[in-house]
Amino acid sequence: MPCNNAISRRTMIQRIAIGASGTLLLTLFPKLTFGKDDAPDGGKLPAKKRPLYAYAVDTSRCIGCCSCMRACRAENDVPKERYRTWVERYRVKADGEVKVDVAANDNFVFEETPPEDIVKAFFVPKMCNHCEKSVCSQVCPVGASYESPEGVVLVDTKRCIGCGYCIQACPYGTRFINPETHVASKCTWCYHRITRGELPACVLSCPKGARMFGDLHDPQSHLSVFMKQRRYRVLKPEMGTRPKCYYVDLDLEVI
Amino acid sequence: MNYVFPNELHVTWTVMIVLYPYITGLVAGAFIVSSLYHVFGRDELKPISRFSLASAFVFLLFATMPLLMHLGHAERAFNIMLTPHFTSAMAGFGYIYSSYLILVALEIWFVMRSDLIKRTHDKGFLPLVCRAIVLFNYRDTPETRLANHRIAKILAGLGIPMACMLHGYVGFLFGSIKANPWWATPLMFVIFIFSAIVSGISVLIFHYFIVSKINRWKINGPCVRSMASYLWAFMIVAVALEGMELLSIVYEQTEATDVLELLISTKLFWSYVVFQFFICSIVPFFMLGAAVLFRLSDRVAYALIWLSSCMLLAQVLLMRWNVVVGGQLVSKSMRGFTSYMPGVWEKEGLITAGVIFTMPFLILYVFHRLVSLFPDVEKLPKRSNGV
Repeated sequence: MPCNNAISRRTMIQRIAIGASGTLLLTLFPKLTFGKDDAPDGGKLPAKKRPLYAYAVDTSRCIGCCSCMRACRAENDVPKERYRTWVERYRVKADGEVKVDVAANDNFVFEETPPEDIVKAFFVPKMCNHCEKSVCSQVCPVGASYESPEGVVLVDTKRCIGCGYCIQACPYGTRFINPETHVASKCTWCYHRITRGELPACVLSCPKGARMFGDLHDPQSHLSVFMKQRRYRVLKPEMGTRPKCYYVDLDLEVI
Repeated sequence: MNYVFPNELHVTWTVMIVLYPYITGLVAGAFIVSSLYHVFGRDELKPISRFSLASAFVFLLFATMPLLMHLGHAERAFNIMLTPHFTSAMAGFGYIYSSYLILVALEIWFVMRSDLIKRTHDKGFLPLVCRAIVLFNYRDTPETRLANHRIAKILAGLGIPMACMLHGYVGFLFGSIKANPWWATPLMFVIFIFSAIVSGISVLIFHYFIVSKINRWKINGPCVRSMASYLWAFMIVAVALEGMELLSIVYEQTEATDVLELLISTKLFWSYVVFQFFICSIVPFFMLGAAVLFRLSDRVAYALIWLSSCMLLAQVLLMRWNVVVGGQLVSKSMRGFTSYMPGVWEKEGLITAGVIFTMPFLILYVFHRLVSLFPDVEKLPKRSNGV
C-alpha cells in the first residue's frame, strides 16, 4: 500500500535542486553566510577612514628585559613553550662570530654568559609582522587566516582545521599550533585591546618605549610621526610579503 | 651557531605528512602501470594490470588517513571542500582527490564488472556484496563487455593526467613554500611525480613476488622484466632530477646555501646522503641495469629485480622523509636546526603510521577474495616430498 505522506519524484528533485543551489550560493558568496563586515564599525566606514595599524621597533632602545613577553603571556593566555612575541639577543665577537639566543624559558630571563670578547651586543624583539601580502592567509585552505579591515592578520579559531600549512608558509616563524585548542595561533597585536582604542600589551609594558604601535592613516599619530623622522627596514623583504612591522637601527645580522 | 626561532622547537608536520605523499605516490605510480596496459597497449603488463589498478584504488582509499590523523580538527576536514579558500594550493586537494577517487572507482567497476557478475551466482556473503556492487544488474553480453572495455580505456586515459596532477599537486604544496629554502623549487613537483611512479612500480613488483611466492604461482617473466625496464628508466630520471636539484643548491650559492650544506652534511647525512642517494639509488641502478641489459637467468634476474624494488621503496620513503622532515629541521633564522624523532605510541607516531600503511594491503586481500586480481595465473607444480 502506498504511503499517504510520500512525496512525488518531481517534488523530491525540486527540493534537492533548491537545496543544492542554496548551498552553492552560500559557498560562492560567503558574506551571505557569515553576515556583515568583520570590522568593528560593521563596515560603515570607508576603507580610507578606517585605521591602518602598523608597528615599529626601535632596536637601539630595547634592553632585553622581556617585559613584553611576560605581558603577552598574561594578556593572551599563551601556552607554555609557545611564543607570540620574543626578544632575541645578538652578541658579535671580535672574530666575527655571531651568537644569538632568546629568553625562551619560564622566567623570560636571558642566561648568564661567561665573559667573552664581545664587540657588539643588542636585542631585537620579534612577533607576527602582519604582512600586507600575508602568505599565511594566502595558503590557509579554509580561509581561517585572514586580514582584518585594519590590516591585522588574524586566525578564526572556529574555522581553523589545524593543518599547519600557515606555520610552514610564515617566513618569520611566528605561528604555532596551540597544544590546547589544536588550532593555529599567533600575535594579534592584541586585537581585543586595539579595537577599544588601547595599546597592545607588549607596547604598554615596554619600559623603554622600544615598541610602538599606531594608525598610519592618522598623520598625527605617534607612529606616523616617528616613521617620518627615522629610517627603517623590514625583516626578510626579499619574501615580498610587505610586513607592517618596521625596524629602526636593525643590524645586518638580523634575519 | 644553533639558533632556532622559539616556535620552531616543535616540528609541525610529523611522520603522518611523510606518509601522505608516500601513499599518494604509490597510487599515482600503480595507476600509471595499469594505464600502460589499458591505454598504451603494453600487453606484457596485462597479468599485473588489474592488480595495479586495485592497488591504486586501495592506496587511494587510505591516502587521506594520515592527513586526518594529523589535523588538529579532523571534524572540520570537509571545510576544505565546503568553504574552500582558492588562493591556497591546499584548497584544491579535496576536489582533486575526490574526483580522482571517483574516476579510479569507476574504472575498476567497468574493468571488473563481468567477473563480479560471475561471482553473483555463488552462495555466501561475498557474492551478495558483488550483487550490490554491480547494482543488481546482471546483464553480461559481448556488447556490454565491449562497452565496459571502451569506457575503462577512456577513464584510464583521463586518469593519467589526473594521477600526475594529484601527485604533482603534492609536490607543489612543498615547492611553493618560499619561506623554506629546502622546499622552494619549481623542480619539486616534477621530482614528486617521477618518484611517485618509481614507488608505484616498486610496490607492485615487491607485492607481486610475495603473493606469487605464497600462492606458489609462476612468475610471469616478460611482465616482470618489462616492469623492471620501466622502473629502471623512471628511477634514472627521478634520481637525476634529485641530483640536479642538489647541484643547483650548491652551485647557486644563495644565502641559504650554507645552512643547507650543513643540513645535508650533518642532520641528513645518513638518511639523505648515505641511504637515499648511495645505498638506495646507486645500488638499485646497477642491479636493475644488470637485470635489464644482461641475459641473466630468471632466478638471478628476479632476485635483482625484487631486491631493487625493495630498495627503491625505501628510497622514495627516505626521500619523503628528507623533504618533509628535513625541510622543517632548518630554522627560518638560517642559524641552526631543530630536531624531530617520531614517537611510537602517540597519535601521529610510528604505530599509527604502520597501521595506516598496512590497511591497504589487507583491503587488497579482501578485494582479491571478491574478484581475482590475477585471473590468468599459472600454478607451479607441487614439490615432491624430500626435495
